[in-house]
Amino acid sequence: MSQYNTHLLVCAGTGCHSSESSLVYEMLRDEIMRKGLDKDVQIIRTGCFGFCEKGPIVKILPDNTFYTQVKPADAKEIVDEHIIKGRKVTRLLYTDPETAEHILDSRHMGFYKKQLRIALRNCGIIDPENIDESIARDAYQALGKVLTGLTPQETTEVIKKSGLRGRGGAGFPTGLKWEFTARNKAVQKYVVCNADEGDPGAFMDRSILEGDPHSVLEAMAICGYCIGATKGLIYIRAEYPMAIKRLKIAIAQARELGLLGEHIFGTGFCFDISLKYGAGAFVCGEETALIHSMEGKRGEPSSKPPFPAQCGYLGKPTCVNNVETFANIPVIILRGADWFSGIGTEKSKGTKVFALAGKINNVGLIEVPMGTTLREIIFEIGGGVKNGKKFKAVQTGGPSGGCLTEKHLDTPIDYESLLAAGSMMGSGGMIVLDEDDCMVSVAKFYLDFIVEESCGKCAPCRIGNKRLYETLERITAGKGVQEDIEKLKNLGSVIKDTSLCGLGQTAPNPVLSTLGNFMEEYMEHVHDKKCRSGQCRNLLYYVISEENCIGCMACKRVCPTHAISGEKREVHQINQDICIKCGACMEKCQFDAISLQNDYPRVTVMANC
Amino acid sequence: MDGIKTLADLKKKQEEVRSRIDLRNRAESPESIVQVKVAMATCGIASGAKEVMEYFVEELDKRSIDAVVTQTGCMGYCFAEPTVEITMPGKEPMVFGYVNARKADEIIERYIKEGELVDGIIPQNYNTI
Amino acid sequence: MIELTIDKKKVRVEQGTTILKAAQQVGIEIPTLCHFELCDMGIENRPGGCRVCVVEVEGRRNLAPSCITEAEDGMVVKTHNIRVLNARTTVLKLIISDHPFNCLVCAKSGHCELQSLATQFGIRSLPYEGEQSHYRKDTSPSIIRDVDKCIMCRRCEMMCNEVQTVGALAAVNRGFMSVVAPAFEMNLVDSPCTYCGQCVSVCPTGALTEVDHTNDIIRALSDPAKTVVVQTAPAVRAALGEEFGLDPGTLVTGKMVAALREMGFDYVFDTDFSADLTIMEEGTELLQRIRGHLAGDSSVRLPILTSCCPGWVNFFEHNFPDLLDVPSTAKSPQQMFGAIAKSWFAGKIGVNRKDLIVVSIMPCLAKKYECQRDEFKTDGSPDVDFSISTRELAAFIKQANIDFLNLPDEDFDDPLGESSGAGVIFGNTGGVIEAACRTAYELHTGKALKKVDFHELRGVEGIRSAVIDFDGLKLNIGIAHGLGNARKLLDEVRAGTSHYHAIEIMACPGGCIGGGGQPYHHGHSEILAKRAAAIYAEDERKPIRKSHENPSIIRLYDEFLGHPGSQKSHSLLHTEYFPKSNEVSIYLNGHNGK
Repeated sequence: MSQYNTHLLVCAGTGCHSSESSLVYEMLRDEIMRKGLDKDVQIIRTGCFGFCEKGPIVKILPDNTFYTQVKPADAKEIVDEHIIKGRKVTRLLYTDPETAEHILDSRHMGFYKKQLRIALRNCGIIDPENIDESIARDAYQALGKVLTGLTPQETTEVIKKSGLRGRGGAGFPTGLKWEFTARNKAVQKYVVCNADEGDPGAFMDRSILEGDPHSVLEAMAICGYCIGATKGLIYIRAEYPMAIKRLKIAIAQARELGLLGEHIFGTGFCFDISLKYGAGAFVCGEETALIHSMEGKRGEPSSKPPFPAQCGYLGKPTCVNNVETFANIPVIILRGADWFSGIGTEKSKGTKVFALAGKINNVGLIEVPMGTTLREIIFEIGGGVKNGKKFKAVQTGGPSGGCLTEKHLDTPIDYESLLAAGSMMGSGGMIVLDEDDCMVSVAKFYLDFIVEESCGKCAPCRIGNKRLYETLERITAGKGVQEDIEKLKNLGSVIKDTSLCGLGQTAPNPVLSTLGNFMEEYMEHVHDKKCRSGQCRNLLYYVISEENCIGCMACKRVCPTHAISGEKREVHQINQDICIKCGACMEKCQFDAISLQNDYPRVTVMANC
Repeated sequence: MDGIKTLADLKKKQEEVRSRIDLRNRAESPESIVQVKVAMATCGIASGAKEVMEYFVEELDKRSIDAVVTQTGCMGYCFAEPTVEITMPGKEPMVFGYVNARKADEIIERYIKEGELVDGIIPQNYNTI
Repeated sequence: MIELTIDKKKVRVEQGTTILKAAQQVGIEIPTLCHFELCDMGIENRPGGCRVCVVEVEGRRNLAPSCITEAEDGMVVKTHNIRVLNARTTVLKLIISDHPFNCLVCAKSGHCELQSLATQFGIRSLPYEGEQSHYRKDTSPSIIRDVDKCIMCRRCEMMCNEVQTVGALAAVNRGFMSVVAPAFEMNLVDSPCTYCGQCVSVCPTGALTEVDHTNDIIRALSDPAKTVVVQTAPAVRAALGEEFGLDPGTLVTGKMVAALREMGFDYVFDTDFSADLTIMEEGTELLQRIRGHLAGDSSVRLPILTSCCPGWVNFFEHNFPDLLDVPSTAKSPQQMFGAIAKSWFAGKIGVNRKDLIVVSIMPCLAKKYECQRDEFKTDGSPDVDFSISTRELAAFIKQANIDFLNLPDEDFDDPLGESSGAGVIFGNTGGVIEAACRTAYELHTGKALKKVDFHELRGVEGIRSAVIDFDGLKLNIGIAHGLGNARKLLDEVRAGTSHYHAIEIMACPGGCIGGGGQPYHHGHSEILAKRAAAIYAEDERKPIRKSHENPSIIRLYDEFLGHPGSQKSHSLLHTEYFPKSNEVSIYLNGHNGK
């Protein structure tokens, strides 16, 4: 058997794939063949590395060289220079945005330094389409261990003791959930993996399924063993074709080896997994809605209790866990509850994967221990705010999370601290906002999403969020009044208090948290008709400079609403009440006399009045 | 391929396939194991660096020494090619010159295994990357 | 038993009781909107969607919907503190903000549950005004969908899917645009709707109402060239009084006749008469088929199914097109009446068919569709011109300024007003088959029935069965009311596992007394029970209780039809059925093709 001395890992996650990483892979492979290096160099297509900002990523081992934004045309140079001559291709190396230095070893990248990858442990390391690579990295060892050495109760106890909580957002203790489901006696029970990742910008579940599908399959089987289920279902959105493909391959390979199916590890335990596709409704991430959708019914939640643990899929006890939660299970079994509970904070154990997005340098997927501060995540791992702008806020917890500000930067992140700060863990989306972002518009943006995705079942969410949105629309259009602020507050709290499911109960969070943290911006919009970041078009004003205007009448002629007044060779004026902000005047003016400003222009008293 | 019927089957299977990713596992924390860097610039290759590298890869594996063998560019000691840099866990790197199979064997047996110094060490006055 | 505290009152209830029910036990009425139930029938809608019934439960972060939250031991509940009241009022204001404000011209005004809540909550302003959702208005022969008024309570959806298993209505779209509609927002006429009207009978607002034919009738009555005949269905007399404030179950037969006469109908007749006629035809067919079957004729299919309910007819045409030869071919009483009125009776009074208008007062909305079916027309003119519901009649009487409560009791006109008790009980589930048994027994055995009441055929369970001894011939009788129950029996027939000789099916829960055109019961199932009792009381009061003893029926056969099942009977009183299963797919394909 030949010994490879170099491994070439090419990211084949969805992000890199869409920027031609498969072509990069082919070119590298061909080049290696051509140079006769195929005995020395192993080339593997892996799952996501997380550093999606700079994809496609090619990583070379064992020296941990991290090439970013690799193009198919770079393949030859990588092989010639790096593989053959041992010289790193400097221009492709990741450059530290602060020091402007090329980073030679990926372990020294700020992005990876503070990370602790448990759920993502195999992503970007193994070939997800080859079960051998998973097995080499301990896949199914945990399943073997529990089936041959632990009772279901003992196994559940390990998970309980580890302190693992649901990574889908609500943070319910996973072991307890298993115990509840186990307690309900039924001939048929189900394990469901919730892979209906719906938060805009969040893609940790997809990355795990694409990069390490066996960790989820194994965990589902362990869960099945604990709760007494023989059937597992993965509810995955049809928009994840690559994850679906890799899951199918993984399930087939596991079945072939007998790691799924009848009498696993020669024991009496049988377990098999099939896929159910979702059509991409945000609300179907809610477990009761998810179950209804799987049953072929309208994807809308129902009141709990009864909990799925009592009455779930097809009326049978069902344990629903999220992908990331499952990905933690095998490691916990192998390394022990104490190891896991040694990581994190008092009430939130282990790590959490976050998807960094927005105005941040290192957009991507990261995994950090619970208790890491926002500052560490945003400034050390995330590389700080883009273009040297000033940090304003970070939206956590997806569309129904909240905005956290500078004062929260040093808060250790866990389920409790985020809730206390008026946001939530959610599935782990983190969107960084800078000084150019208008917080009222941000709240409006998220409300827009919620209004689109509300299932419509309960009145407060169906109508209330629409009304919240309309109120924000009025405010950003400069038509807000003081009463609107009160309305937002009351409506927001009633929607939280009365909505049927988690989606509705958290939907007003973006509004309430921005009201709490950025009240002065709301007040400016309402009273001064001003948007300090200049994002609200209706709160921008075209004004004519007295110095530059020569009174040529050109702007007056093009104004479609006759908002411009002034005689020839006299300074013109724009009537803001009539102006529709079309910008035609500014385009026409040849004397740079017309500009946009975000303060409502004070009326200048004309000398001849 | 036969199915996996017992935990022992799985462990056996893991042993079979472990080599596929050993290198990747080691790369996660190379400081904890022996790092061997073979200078593989034109000068090195011309003097047989490729063969030396293969020798290290195969022999370290045979002798069950946890090590990671990589290539590097010209270290500047073209006169002494093939040159090999060895970094033992927690120690400063050492560069050996005029390495051939016999020398490599000596390096493995005496320096890597026993920590004894062997002839051919090139004194360093620079820091490697 | 568990104990909890609601508004400082201790309550002991069974495990599994909701907070709403527990509160009712101590006299605390929590307002509800989407919640709906007919407990006797096991029908309940509690999606927990409107959030009007929220209460505060100590220790819970959010308010809990009381209609769906189960009481727990030691629970402390507050049903009317400021937090709860503010939440309820805010939610109600939100619902109203997406509801048209044209109450003055709404068919449901005065019966609208949203309107009542607004009154109860004292809503005087709408701070959350905004966009209102708008949808296409959809009119079918029986039902109008004006879903701008839909508040997504999902009662109709529950009725249509869970109770009736018709599957015509379900929530579509998402969020603010979500609404209950047929699939792909197709028209009701293109859907598998049976027009049973159960959706209308439970709709809290004016989103689902019947097609109103009152004006057509006014026009006919005011035309001197027309002779206008009216027939009233058995179940109408047991419910009409409710609209005038009488206790449910008060029979108002005489006042109803008087009112109709006051309103200008030339002849006030009774559908009970044609119910007797139906028994003659259907009973004969039943005996023939059973005798043929017992004689070993394999071409004779059993069981025989009743066919007097038009919602049921629509249902099997849509869902069991392979079983169209199973139901009796006898027309419904409404259509038998129309056929006889426009032939025998028209001849008797010397009026041309075209100058005779037949109006029916029905507890039913499917009757509106039925009388428009092509099979029930002669040269394009329908046997029954207009069918109006009990509710429409009540509105008409009020509109006509008739002091209903003080009217004298009057009798139906002859000859189509004479009926037996057997015709009356058509209004209850089990009534048709009981009436059939009374006649078939005597026809088959030639003996007089000792006891006319077949109590074993009565009741409210969705599916009932009984063995009736025809002097040695033991008949297995099945009864189903509610189309979901009917489906179960039909599935057995399709699978060949049905052991029944005859099955009676009524589309509506309770039979016609619970019809889609009856006064709104607002979920009080005791109202249905009282109506049913009134029907049986009317039967007992009747001097003649068997259809074949009705003198007018005897005369009709003597003078006109000959005998039951005669050629004339067949052309006038029997019909055929058409498969409708493809209508939906034709609709869809048609649209895809365009």
